[in-house]
Amino acid sequence: MFPKRFIDFPTWSVGNPFMEFERMRQEMKRLSEGLQFGLPSFSTAGVFPLTNVTEDNSNFYIRAELPGLSTDDIDISVTNNGLSISGKRIIPKEGDNVRYHRREREAGNFSRMVSLPGSIDTDKVEAKFTDGILTIVLAKSKAMAPKQIEVK
Amino acid sequence: MEGKDIQVQKKKEVEPQGEFTQEGPFFIPNVDIFENEDNIVLLADMPGVAKDNIDIRLEDGQLLIRGKVSRDVPGDYVLSEYSIGDYHSSFSLSAIIDQTKIQASMKNGVLRVVLPKSDKSKHRKITIKSHQET
Repeated sequence: MFPKRFIDFPTWSVGNPFMEFERMRQEMKRLSEGLQFGLPSFSTAGVFPLTNVTEDNSNFYIRAELPGLSTDDIDISVTNNGLSISGKRIIPKEGDNVRYHRREREAGNFSRMVSLPGSIDTDKVEAKFTDGILTIVLAKSKAMAPKQIEVK
Repeated sequence: MEGKDIQVQKKKEVEPQGEFTQEGPFFIPNVDIFENEDNIVLLADMPGVAKDNIDIRLEDGQLLIRGKVSRDVPGDYVLSEYSIGDYHSSFSLSAIIDQTKIQASMKNGVLRVVLPKSDKSKHRKITIKSHQET
């Protein structure tokens, strides 16, 4: 059954075998860009939600993408050099008589720790949640904040 | 669903079709598509997209969705686990959809597009007649 062999092409885990090449190509591109700008865009803790942390002289800013959640679904607790974000993502049921064609959005629990490269003032933490993005602003502790030294 | 933990998903990057004046990256949102008696509903996770920054268009039977994201971030990066970019997605619509009645809403970074089925496609029950004569 020679012709059948050709039809029985081994199935890939991804729908389209070329998608995988495309993904690799994007990854390579990202890698070279990452080197260029010195952004470690790969290293993730592998825990949901992925977070981005930035800092300026007075604050740390932590951001995480949490689409579909509301403020009540998210718990944040802070220590003096880190914080934990936890919660639950619920995807509401859409009635009984539905047939799914595609289901990529995930529901479930999450919990992660983020440690910061310096200590913070735990009394000065603000969190806001807009358009599915959680932003936490943490003020650096006085001892950490760089002092401007005036040249006389 | 109880007790299940959410696994990390890397955002799916795409090379947009055509020329763009804006620099990438662009991402495809995670979507749910389901159907009930009256509608086909599409839900797309597009965190960071405000209601006014979403552009939904119908072109040649294609539903094009674009979401603009602000890339302005205060300070310098200490840790970067995900990249920020606009969302691009397109779906071909079948003829059963009444294209004049499509509705969309945005809440907490999730886009919901309701695509009503046209009246004639709703009642497509086919009665099977038995043929006795030959």
